[in-house]
Amino acid sequence: MTLLETHGLTAFYGDFQALFGIDMEVAEGETIAIIGANGAGKTTFLRSLTGLLRNAHDAVRFDGRPIGDARANAVVALGIAMVPEGRKLFPSLSVEENLLIGGHAGRKGPWDLGRIFALFPVLQERRGAPATALSGGQQQMVSIGRALMSNPRLLLCDEISLGLAPTIIRDIYDSLPQVTDTGCTLMVVEQDINQAMAVADRIYCFQEGRITLEGRPAGLTRDRIRQAYFGV
Amino acid sequence: MSRFTVERTTRTAQAGLGIFVVGLAVLISLPFWAGRADMRLVMEICYFLALAQMWNLLAGYAGLVSIGQQAFVGLGGYALFVGAIYLGIHPLLCILLAGLAAALFAVPTAFVVFRLRGAYFAIGTWVVAEVYRLVFAQVSALGGGSGMSLPIGIVRDLGSSPLQRDMIFYFICIALAVGTTGLVYWILRARHGLALTAIRDSEIASRSLGVDAFRTKFGVYVLVAGITGMVGALIFLLKLRISPDAAFSLQDWTASVLFIVIIGGIGRIEGPIVGTLVFFALRGLLADLGSWYLIVLGALAVLVMLFAPQGIWGLVAERLGWHFFPVRRRLKVGGGEAGDPA
Amino acid sequence: MDEWLNSIIQGVLLGGLYALFATGMSLIFGVMRLVNIAHGDLIVLAAYLALICVDATGMAPLTSLLFVVPVMAVIGYVLQRGVLNLTLGDDILPPLLVTFGISIILQNLLLELFSADSRKLQSGWLDTASIQLGDTIAIGLVPLIIFGVAILVIGGLQLLFYRSKLGRAFRATSDDQDTARLMGIDNRHVFALAMAISLAVVAVAGVFLGMRTNFDPSIGPPRLLYAFEAVIIGGLGSLWGTFIGGIVIGVAQSIGAKIDPGWQILAGHIAFLVILVIRPRGLFPRAVD
Repeated sequence: MTLLETHGLTAFYGDFQALFGIDMEVAEGETIAIIGANGAGKTTFLRSLTGLLRNAHDAVRFDGRPIGDARANAVVALGIAMVPEGRKLFPSLSVEENLLIGGHAGRKGPWDLGRIFALFPVLQERRGAPATALSGGQQQMVSIGRALMSNPRLLLCDEISLGLAPTIIRDIYDSLPQVTDTGCTLMVVEQDINQAMAVADRIYCFQEGRITLEGRPAGLTRDRIRQAYFGV
Repeated sequence: MSRFTVERTTRTAQAGLGIFVVGLAVLISLPFWAGRADMRLVMEICYFLALAQMWNLLAGYAGLVSIGQQAFVGLGGYALFVGAIYLGIHPLLCILLAGLAAALFAVPTAFVVFRLRGAYFAIGTWVVAEVYRLVFAQVSALGGGSGMSLPIGIVRDLGSSPLQRDMIFYFICIALAVGTTGLVYWILRARHGLALTAIRDSEIASRSLGVDAFRTKFGVYVLVAGITGMVGALIFLLKLRISPDAAFSLQDWTASVLFIVIIGGIGRIEGPIVGTLVFFALRGLLADLGSWYLIVLGALAVLVMLFAPQGIWGLVAERLGWHFFPVRRRLKVGGGEAGDPA
Repeated sequence: MDEWLNSIIQGVLLGGLYALFATGMSLIFGVMRLVNIAHGDLIVLAAYLALICVDATGMAPLTSLLFVVPVMAVIGYVLQRGVLNLTLGDDILPPLLVTFGISIILQNLLLELFSADSRKLQSGWLDTASIQLGDTIAIGLVPLIIFGVAILVIGGLQLLFYRSKLGRAFRATSDDQDTARLMGIDNRHVFALAMAISLAVVAVAGVFLGMRTNFDPSIGPPRLLYAFEAVIIGGLGSLWGTFIGGIVIGVAQSIGAKIDPGWQILAGHIAFLVILVIRPRGLFPRAVD
């Protein structure tokens, strides 16, 4: 069943057009990967989905419901959560408080503080520490945990491997199946194409604000990906 | 390979020049056909315009929002009184020296208030003005809290008849209004102007390009203080009396100027001109209402700031594309025209 | 010697009132980087609201708090949601100029409604009650109550900020507005709540102002300046710092008055400028701004 659809989604920053009519369909329970170079429009796309960027009313539909112009806090209440690029933890809050505030919207579901700590045990040890005092990998866990606390039906992950060591990246991606096992739909923006291919059911490639490629990892060759990625 | 030229004047600018020349001619001829009351009114309009242009330069272009400019109005006023009464200097020369004095005081003032940013900078300038007011109220040689008057003799020496004296003051006021407007225009056309707009738009970015934000802001602050001081000197020369409350009055010298610049349009040279005219029109119509007049002004300022923050001139300029004082540089490619014509 | 000690004690107690003035300002600056130029005039408004209660029902000024605090809180919510939220953004001019306009409107509205006459909230026996310490030191009960309430209010706000869901939302919004929205926080509502709480504190400050001294529509702006000075001296982002800042201003004014009555206000301003020059970030800076 289709959970998310976008129809002709366009986005502007002032006079600059960042997205040119994105059409996408995501089924519930899928894992989608979005790849593309910097400035291709991937983060803009996620910001549009979450309501940080306002778009046309019908441009985005979630569970059949138009949310293109919905406010960000309303979108969270509907069940879309984002792990933002750069993690964006709240420096004034402790690890535990960062997690708790993820649950501000009060959505019911399998995720609570205990379950997040079970997923990422190291966070429990450092629960009282200021969130920004943790290592990069641990901060990424806090950010993911924070997003999960809102019990989303769709989890958006924006470049969660950025700046992290390969072992840490592996640990984090190894924990993702525990997320999708609860029925959560996952959309991952990734610079690392191999990682994207390994985790996704389907891949979209963005290039200069347009989708240039879409398909299952098995059916995509390196050449086709490179063409779509760089637009050559 | 296309040629690029940078162009500054437009057709409306040339029309504006025409209007300006005609207007100036009318104003210059005014003393010969209007009464004293009208002359006084035009003088008042002129010095408020001067104050507004200076505030506009400081806030709209340099991004330094000060609500303490009354400090320099008062300092200039007192400097004139001290110079004329105690040092026996010719009052008109005192106006210039008062400007210098105000600029001098602006140096340590800047040193203190530049430690603050944004809205706190604004209130900080107000605190400094209050300090000046309270200090001057303690100085008995300057009349303390009740102030002092300018001896008639000093003013009488300026001219052989009341009309002649009024005309001298009148033309000084006109010169001040034209001069400050022209100065702002000149600064913005020159290299410094580009630096100023760059700093206002993004201090970090401009610094990375080599623009020394601190020195430029400091320079503008001191310059504006000096000219504001000169205006203050003139104002109190005309009033013949000065007191700390009148000299350093937030209401008289800042609230009204803020209103003028908000209503007219912040950050545009034409804005203060429009704003001053609107302010005086409203004053003429509503001043009888006492407190309600001020309530109306306040409400108008709030509404304009909320719903038309570019002010009356801003609305006009956007709708009609008029720029009488072109300071924006437009890029012309080859023979045709590129860039924003509005 | 005793007389100087008395001055300092009186100054500390006065500082309690100034801390109350400043706390509301510190709060909203912390949450939304807003400086409300009408802050002082709102304190005076609260005093007049208390006056209306007292005149209409004959209740004691302290009792009027039950009415004035909720009314001012509602005014704060509506003001923020309806007007000030529209001014928030990257530019500092709109909030500054709009609140300046509101300040002018308030002062003149109060002038029209109540005239420029000096008024005071009479508390009967409480006004003159005091605790005697030795020969020269008398601690007025009203100033002591104000000082105590200031501590309670700030303590309460600290609890709110650090141990409640709303406080978490305030801190998160203050850190990063956009990401806070991603958590489901409605920042229009959060800002309005912050202003409501700020004006509730302003209400307390206003009632106590009216109990302590004479007031009229024009005394708002100086209160704004004292509040501002206390916030800056204390250091942005610290409520207890603001409290200390208030005490510094109070003591400076008190000592200034002892030297020469005409120097009272000036002494406060000078103390502020001196601290601004030698410690620009205040005594207990916390917020990164």
